[in-house]
Amino acid sequence: MGRINRDQLNEIKSRGKGIIDIRLGKTLVDGEKHLMIGGGTACHASRSEPVRDAIKKEIKKRGLSQRCKVIETGNDSFATLAPVMVIYPEGVYYVHLTPDDVDDIVSQHLIDGKLVERLLYKDATDNDKPIPRMMDIPYFSNQTLITLRNLTLIDPENIDDAIYRDAYQGAAKALIDITTEEIINQVKISGIRGRGGAGFPTGMKWQFAAQAEGDIKYVLCNADEGDPGAFMDRSVLEADPHAVLEGMIIAAKAINAHQGYIYCRAEYPLAIKRLTIAIEQARRYGLLGKDILGSGFDFDLEIYQGAGAFVCGEETALMISIEGKRGMPRPRPPFPAQEGLWKKPTVLNNVETLANIPQIILNGGQWYAAIGTERSKGTKVFALAGKVINSGLVEVPMGMPLKNIVYDIGGGIPENKQLKAVQIGGPSGGCIPSDLLDTVTDYEAITGTGAIMGSGGMVVMDEDNCMVDIARFFMEFCQEESCGKCTPCREGTKRMLEIVTKITEGRGEIDDIATLEELADMVKDSSLCGLGQTAPNPVLSTIRHFRDEYEAHIKDKRCPAHVCKALITYIIVEEKCPGCGKCKRVCPVEAITGEKKVVHKIDPEKCIKCGACIASCKFDAIEVV
Amino acid sequence: MTKPEEIDWGQLEAIIDKHRGESWALIPLLQDIQETFGYIPEESIETIAEALNLFASQVQGVISFYAGLSLKPKGKYVIKACRGTACHVKGGRSILRYMKKELGLDEGETSPDYKFTLETVACLGACFLAPAMMVNRAYFGKLSPPKVTSILAEYGKKKGED
Repeated sequence: MGRINRDQLNEIKSRGKGIIDIRLGKTLVDGEKHLMIGGGTACHASRSEPVRDAIKKEIKKRGLSQRCKVIETGNDSFATLAPVMVIYPEGVYYVHLTPDDVDDIVSQHLIDGKLVERLLYKDATDNDKPIPRMMDIPYFSNQTLITLRNLTLIDPENIDDAIYRDAYQGAAKALIDITTEEIINQVKISGIRGRGGAGFPTGMKWQFAAQAEGDIKYVLCNADEGDPGAFMDRSVLEADPHAVLEGMIIAAKAINAHQGYIYCRAEYPLAIKRLTIAIEQARRYGLLGKDILGSGFDFDLEIYQGAGAFVCGEETALMISIEGKRGMPRPRPPFPAQEGLWKKPTVLNNVETLANIPQIILNGGQWYAAIGTERSKGTKVFALAGKVINSGLVEVPMGMPLKNIVYDIGGGIPENKQLKAVQIGGPSGGCIPSDLLDTVTDYEAITGTGAIMGSGGMVVMDEDNCMVDIARFFMEFCQEESCGKCTPCREGTKRMLEIVTKITEGRGEIDDIATLEELADMVKDSSLCGLGQTAPNPVLSTIRHFRDEYEAHIKDKRCPAHVCKALITYIIVEEKCPGCGKCKRVCPVEAITGEKKVVHKIDPEKCIKCGACIASCKFDAIEVV
Repeated sequence: MTKPEEIDWGQLEAIIDKHRGESWALIPLLQDIQETFGYIPEESIETIAEALNLFASQVQGVISFYAGLSLKPKGKYVIKACRGTACHVKGGRSILRYMKKELGLDEGETSPDYKFTLETVACLGACFLAPAMMVNRAYFGKLSPPKVTSILAEYGKKKGED
């Protein structure tokens, strides 16, 4: 089909009702089954493609192609379990798949109608009880899916699948039924705030750009997801790219722009591929280009690949980068809503923000505003990682306590270790200690702890993590990524990094903490952009909540968590070492000596503390002290 | 990836010609060259600047600003060790120390035979695989020293051979 109008859009949607019903578990049509195999980066990285190909082949071989459809989704939500597959209509969830499992799935599940128990999810918190249905697994049942609603339900490379799930209905409403004032009004009522980190109200941003004078305006999508520990935007682009395109069309209509750009990290090849396909398909249907859906409104967009500079996530730097220059932030005002890309009024929204817009328009701002807290509305997607059993994407209503995310969804800390802190907001954020775990996901509540909501990275840390080392880690990141324009950020972060490094090396002095705090204030107050203004946060929040760890490094020259390289030694426990020689063979620097069947020794001068010996020792004979 | 002496200058000129006069297209042009040759030959800077009506310093400035652009040729296998937060808390730094020793390379270095380049990246976004790395386009996760050794062996790195 070529260009479509609104009636044809609705026709496609109604044609897909039966298909979606199966995937929502509603009806059983002649035993038809849809095998939705996860195909996001997490699944691909865990070798899902051979599984996909094997299952397609097996189904064809057994003559089941009519009844059983294999569809690759962008789902990699519960990333720890990848590769995964959901079979609809029953919603059974199989995990950790390999091509060898395909035979059992086909003969037992598809032909005999029996569960393949060994491939089911096992609940570690409940004696490894198998849970067959995806929506009964606590990881999923505790989530509220709005942004990620299509994760397991559509083929991201097939626009019709997206249309079956209401894609472009919000755009149709915005382009044909309601005025631009009403679009902006609904977004304002929804209360949605920028999901990129700063949390500026999206409706206000759009209003400023709509009111700005000018015939040429731009809509930009920020997909330059750079925070270490964050992969929410990538997953949205891989699983539901049309939601983002539709959000941009609605934004364009609201401010009267006709050209857009998606600024995406080049490190996301799969997201770029799926976006490219989505754009081509949308153009073919006339959902991008001239006279969209016969509304008379024109809008088209292009992908612009980032070249690897964290600072380009900052809005002015991003625009300067699209113009082909070094992406260094510039002072505001003028704000991009007045003078943005090529000095034209510009709206820049984050991927997750844009993916929410179609549903806000379709269901109304009130619907969205009913979810969340007083000042933070809707849901937020977090990338949960680190020392937590269930790692992956989680979408929760604003206002959920961090404790619930880490324990109810994340399943708690592995190996019965103690939680020490939850790091939120990446290099701009901070560490929230265990005694503040009742803090709820709300922009202001999180800011109150010294962290920030940020874009959604959430890294759990346990007793084995050193908070001074974490502070040094983020300081090093900010220092390297500082663009160098503002002296306080360029030099201040360098000095701060030097001091924190000195502390981790046991060369700290007690005045260093005060010096760090003084430098931090200076860098925060006098840097131009968000990178510099927030760069000291990880240091400040760890000093605030974990001062005792700083003092242990400084006064006692001791790293309580046994992490900081200069303050630890690897030793072999004599009673445990049988002299098997394994550690000696794996040591890359020949620091270990000893005859066969005699206790071995580690030369501390040579040892680089890489952990190879610990990983190789079957007798737990090597300890870090 | 291409060794410096094997650059096809005709192909490089053709890439530059595609964007002639479009000063805004500097970054896509440089990415094109980087993608094709694995790096941006320093000798091409003047030609690029001329084609786009820019100063050579502007071209050089852009190349040095972005981590994705490089003036140095890279090895056949580019290893990207992840330095992200999740990898860091799961011992990524120790793994990197081990990798450096195994490869005999420091961050940003390429082996003399242009087989391996060792790089670090801020985050691969594969936090569930932490500690993780990429070799060209393939991901490897849950790394331990023995696993690193066996992955490197797959790519033809024998222990003790620098």
